[in-house]
Amino acid sequence: MFDEQELAEISQQRESWEAETLDPSLERGERKERFATVSNHEVDRLYTPEDIADLEFDEDLGFPGEPPYTRGPYPTMYRGRTWTMRQFAGFGTAEETNERFHYLIDEGQTGLSTAFDMPSLMGIDSDHPMSEGEVGKEGVAVDTLRDMEILFDGIDIDDVSTSFTINPSAAVIYAMYIALADQQGVPRDEVRGTLQNDMLKEFIAQKEWVIPPEPSLEIVTDTIEFAVEETPKFHPVSISGYHIREAGSTAAQEAAFTLADGFAYVEDCLERGLDVDEFGPLLSFFFNSHNSIFEEVAKFRASRRVYARLMEEWYGADEPESKRMKFHTQTAGQSLTAQQPLNNIVRVTIQALAGVFGGTQSLHTNSFDEALALPSEKAVRVALRTQQIIAEESGAADIVDPMGGSFAIEKLTNEMEAEIMDYLEEIKAMGDGSIRDGVLEGINQGYYHREIQEASYEYQQRVERGEEVVVGVNEYTIEEDTSPELLHVDETTRDRQLERLEQVKADRDDAAVDATLEALSDAIERDENVMPYIVDAVKAYATMGEIMQVFEDHHGAYREEISPV
Amino acid sequence: MSIENDERTIRCMVAKVGLDGHDRGAHVISRAFRDAGFEVIYSGLHKAPDDIVQAAVQEDIDVLGISILSGAHDTLVPKIMDGLEEYGAKAETLVLVGGVIPEEDRDELEAAGAAAIFGPGTSIEETIDFVRKNVPDR
Repeated sequence: MFDEQELAEISQQRESWEAETLDPSLERGERKERFATVSNHEVDRLYTPEDIADLEFDEDLGFPGEPPYTRGPYPTMYRGRTWTMRQFAGFGTAEETNERFHYLIDEGQTGLSTAFDMPSLMGIDSDHPMSEGEVGKEGVAVDTLRDMEILFDGIDIDDVSTSFTINPSAAVIYAMYIALADQQGVPRDEVRGTLQNDMLKEFIAQKEWVIPPEPSLEIVTDTIEFAVEETPKFHPVSISGYHIREAGSTAAQEAAFTLADGFAYVEDCLERGLDVDEFGPLLSFFFNSHNSIFEEVAKFRASRRVYARLMEEWYGADEPESKRMKFHTQTAGQSLTAQQPLNNIVRVTIQALAGVFGGTQSLHTNSFDEALALPSEKAVRVALRTQQIIAEESGAADIVDPMGGSFAIEKLTNEMEAEIMDYLEEIKAMGDGSIRDGVLEGINQGYYHREIQEASYEYQQRVERGEEVVVGVNEYTIEEDTSPELLHVDETTRDRQLERLEQVKADRDDAAVDATLEALSDAIERDENVMPYIVDAVKAYATMGEIMQVFEDHHGAYREEISPV
Repeated sequence: MSIENDERTIRCMVAKVGLDGHDRGAHVISRAFRDAGFEVIYSGLHKAPDDIVQAAVQEDIDVLGISILSGAHDTLVPKIMDGLEEYGAKAETLVLVGGVIPEEDRDELEAAGAAAIFGPGTSIEETIDFVRKNVPDR
């Protein structure tokens, strides 16, 4: 962006600044020997045009809404409309969450986001022995289509877009939502929403699974193929770095491992014979936003740039929509402290701002009491208000890519891109040369586990040594009594859920259930797309556990073979 | 020789109970315990209370660290304690609970036999010191 003569002059000026102005100041020293981000990425004192001498404006930055989308996926960004404030909710039984949904819709929210309880997330029923103590705890319990009917009672699903945060059993929830659309007479091509359904990151970080990685990937590809054909307005997978970061990775690892997972899905779809410009637009992403603002902004910008470039160069994407990375952001739960919990409101604000400066399409802000318990209503409201203040009062939403052009941000973006590319090459080299194979090998060989554990242990040691200050934890501590208002989950939830499950089983036609499960089993055997068969099974009121069991019978249960590093 | 050689190696099991997959803390503490010179066994994920009791008894451990962040601690931790009691292992096992445990649930877990509850932000050093001071004599 600068000509050589200009750069030479700047270089000369910097040298004389260092000699005359900087050096005398340095005699007094700086606060630290070394300055680094929360990912331990060292940052310089000052950045100048020399640091971004190779940056090409049109190739590397360009304009928002055009490849490589470094400056944002859309031309007007938040001047057109602000990001979607998508707070994730769900608890107890379907009735309680349905009531919450109605409340949110009455408040003007058009996007619903569903949190499921652990048994539903792991694909087992509420009456399974492992479900004890977990039914309705961290989200809503869903065993059969009956629960989904109640969850969406009185809600026209062509009026809302619904996000489902669920993974190993995502195909079952997707099938239930389609069955619901069929019941309501909503054409399938009008169904809008997002399924998390990112199994690769489950094996890498979040650790929810039923069957091994390879057959899990196959089901994800089935859902993508089915979405292309049946529900083109529904995002069948949200490729997630959030959990990778929460597990302790660095920002660069989060971005790189997430992009690798995304490319693994792309390669699997291509192998299936799908057209990249047909399924590409359906892919969406989900990132974490941590405390180091500049590093985070660089991560978001670099991720968009790498994605746009590689979708074209590696996979031949032609349509802009296939190269445009769209993502959801959630603030870093792991950064919240149990000590002096109100301080977390400030952390969340910083992280949310980084997400907005980074150009996120939707945002979930965490509640300040999350290190203590499940969030209370008051804390959830403050979290939402934080987004509204950023959107309406701060001016952060008024300029597109406001940090673009900063020497520091552009340099950090370049460094982030280079780190991402190194990881992608490393992942490729682990397998047969494809990303897909490299990711699967990386899971099997414990590569991700080692990488993430190393980073998280190293971080913990920096905190212990006081190199990483955590306000209220290792500095500025006080004696306090932390007993804020907490959310209480109704203890009768489990009984009510079990009663319903029993009733559904008594009312349904068991022979019809068996027939659909049999058909699903045959489809797996024949290597057919399983989605239509799961839709038939849920319509016969087969339970989530029964359906997932068919997959387990074919592929076996997955067991993680790792030990602490 | 050094005093350390006279000391018995402390045997710990770090356990994940229930469906909770949050294993970052469990891995960090396992490694820290090992670096502190303890012998460490990791249960792996998604274990039923009974799986943990069986493994604890079989491995004849001194310390059981239960990591749980799913909110199901009130059901699952007492089940492990009951199981240890059944096998007569409760008195000789130092049970620690780590994770997101609301203040108001702590008394109940302590009454059930948890020696300490370490919430977010606890330093590794504090945890290791606690183990050294409180590990049961055999």
